[in-house]
Amino acid sequence: MLNSQPQLDLVFQALSDPTRRAIVERLGRGPVSVSQLAQPFAMSLPAVLQHVAVLEASGLVRSEKVGRVRTCQIDSRALSVAGRWIQERRTTWERRLDRLGAVLAEQPD
Amino acid sequence: MHERSVVHSTFTIERTFNRPPARVFAAWADPGLKSRWFGGGTDDAPIGLDMDFRVGGLETDRSEPGAVPSSGYEARYHDIVPDERIVFTYDLSLGGSLVSVSLATVEFHPAEGGTGTQLIYTEHGAFLDGLDDPELRKNGTGGMLDELGHWLERQAATA
Repeated sequence: MLNSQPQLDLVFQALSDPTRRAIVERLGRGPVSVSQLAQPFAMSLPAVLQHVAVLEASGLVRSEKVGRVRTCQIDSRALSVAGRWIQERRTTWERRLDRLGAVLAEQPD
Repeated sequence: MHERSVVHSTFTIERTFNRPPARVFAAWADPGLKSRWFGGGTDDAPIGLDMDFRVGGLETDRSEPGAVPSSGYEARYHDIVPDERIVFTYDLSLGGSLVSVSLATVEFHPAEGGTGTQLIYTEHGAFLDGLDDPELRKNGTGGMLDELGHWLERQAATA
């Protein structure tokens, strides 16, 4: 869940690379194997695996090996709307309290 | 069809205001004052906050007609201790679906060493599956990419 700044930084660092963004977009359409994931990219399987590892460390993606096939999918806990929603709730209240402070400041002592 | 899910979360925000507790409390109790900071409306166009500030009283705030997605806020006051505490619950809906139900407490403490107020806002929420709508999820991802853009700008600015 995106409830801490270090986690957010990891997520954004993971997404700062165009290949990894493309991987996330592809996984947004459903889970696929690493070799399927590699197909549209002109890069080796190990290179793709390295990108997947960065995405996994950020919590955005999770992968599972069944037999000889490693399947990747978006980890909804990191990218979940619920996680975002909670963050937005907090931000909403922080903004409200900022405005409350401004309203109070306008009032005479 | 939505995947059913419930996510629980708690957060606390603390603020200190340079006004005594009675003044800060009044900004929550007076509809005219509250509508100026609560919903993001401007002084020219305050939001349509409909509030009944008493124990058992309800408060509602709806998005403007035609807003997409439409949103709704509905609250009930459970405890009101003037200048000290407000306890309320509220639910939020988005596009007609209930997305969260929350219990919120607002505590007003005299700030240490002065006449100000320390305000502590704490919210416990249950966030429901209504949010896991594919379209909303996509928007969520889009929002995340926007944040990425801001983050990159900040990185560039501090480099």
